[in-house]
Amino acid sequence: MIQKTKSISIRIEGVLVPTREGKTILEAAREAGRNIPTLCHMDGLQDVGACRLCIVEVGGSGRLAPACTTPVQEGLSVTINSPRLAAYRRMIVELLLAERNHVCAVCVSNGHCELQSMATSLGVSSVRFPYRYPALPVDLSQQRYVIDHNRCILCSRCVRVCTEVEGAHVWDIMGRGIHSRVISEMDQPWAEASTCTGCGKCVQACPTGAMAEKGKAVEEMVKRTDAVASAAARKGSRI
Amino acid sequence: MSKVKLATIWLDGCSGCHMSLLDLDEGILAVAQKADLVYSPLVDATEFPEGVDVTLVEGAVSSQEDVARLRTVRARSRIVVALGDCATSGNVPAMRNVVPVQRLLERIYIKGADVSPVIPSAGVPALLPQARPLREFVKIDVHLPGCPPPPKAILAVLAELLEGRVPKPLEVKFG
Repeated sequence: MIQKTKSISIRIEGVLVPTREGKTILEAAREAGRNIPTLCHMDGLQDVGACRLCIVEVGGSGRLAPACTTPVQEGLSVTINSPRLAAYRRMIVELLLAERNHVCAVCVSNGHCELQSMATSLGVSSVRFPYRYPALPVDLSQQRYVIDHNRCILCSRCVRVCTEVEGAHVWDIMGRGIHSRVISEMDQPWAEASTCTGCGKCVQACPTGAMAEKGKAVEEMVKRTDAVASAAARKGSRI
Repeated sequence: MSKVKLATIWLDGCSGCHMSLLDLDEGILAVAQKADLVYSPLVDATEFPEGVDVTLVEGAVSSQEDVARLRTVRARSRIVVALGDCATSGNVPAMRNVVPVQRLLERIYIKGADVSPVIPSAGVPALLPQARPLREFVKIDVHLPGCPPPPKAILAVLAELLEGRVPKPLEVKFG
């Protein structure tokens, strides 16, 4: 069912941008050809505001809000680039890098990683916070795929693509805060997850090398995020 | 005009960053015209000299000796450059960080040894509990990531530093 929504307009960096009620700031901005950096967003999946990279300043007070989960309102004024936002975005990427063991040099996704390219584009050349170097597991039980928690940024794209597109809901996130971890079913080895269809959408949706196809060497894992996004865009369109 | 005093030092790394430095091709001639290499694994000097203008540091800080050498470098250099991922983030040397040092040494020198299983102690510096990036020990003026940093990026940074300017952050990826 196509619902008609009201045409409204918002201001992005002072410029009037036409959009419709029910859209998010991120959608309105991208449709107007303006980019806002994101990591946890994936076209076609529900947005959850996990990574916080898309923060923008809204209203006259410059209140911070995630563009991916904040709906547009008539007359809303949005700033998507400012020195303050750039500083926060760099800080977010640095915290992500310090949180787990992102050793790009030995990673299957080196050169094709969204976290790595985000760091480069935001000018992150070192991390000001002490690295945690946590001891985290790698699950090699699945026949064709591997999940390496050292490289996970908890974006939850795997959780959402599995639930919303494949309809299996193998993945979820366990624990809170720094102890959060992606788990299959009730925190058992991936191979024992009876709901897993082995479709690999989680692997292709993963922005880093945390999920990968087995047999890939350093730099060889190129994700087919476009294929997953187009599958996500078609969801519900066929009965 | 007197030449810039350039030094390089190799802590816990694989020397790949130094290889990348040598890989500047003809760019190395321009560097040599402007700088004297006063201390480096590539020259004979045995002691790190005073009054160095620019020092490139490869590798993470992994042992007590690394800490001492890095502090000397900092005290005697005007500009210190963290060269490569080990220096900027720990990188591969830091992959040992989840294993306690004693267990690590036993695994390698006792269980992993075919002959004479013994943990070396004489003449080798004690390992720190973890290998960590340079900036956790001393102030770093320029970070140049990469494993190794591309020769072009090293040349771009050196060109600025040898003219007495501090380079702007380059778009160089980790890894």
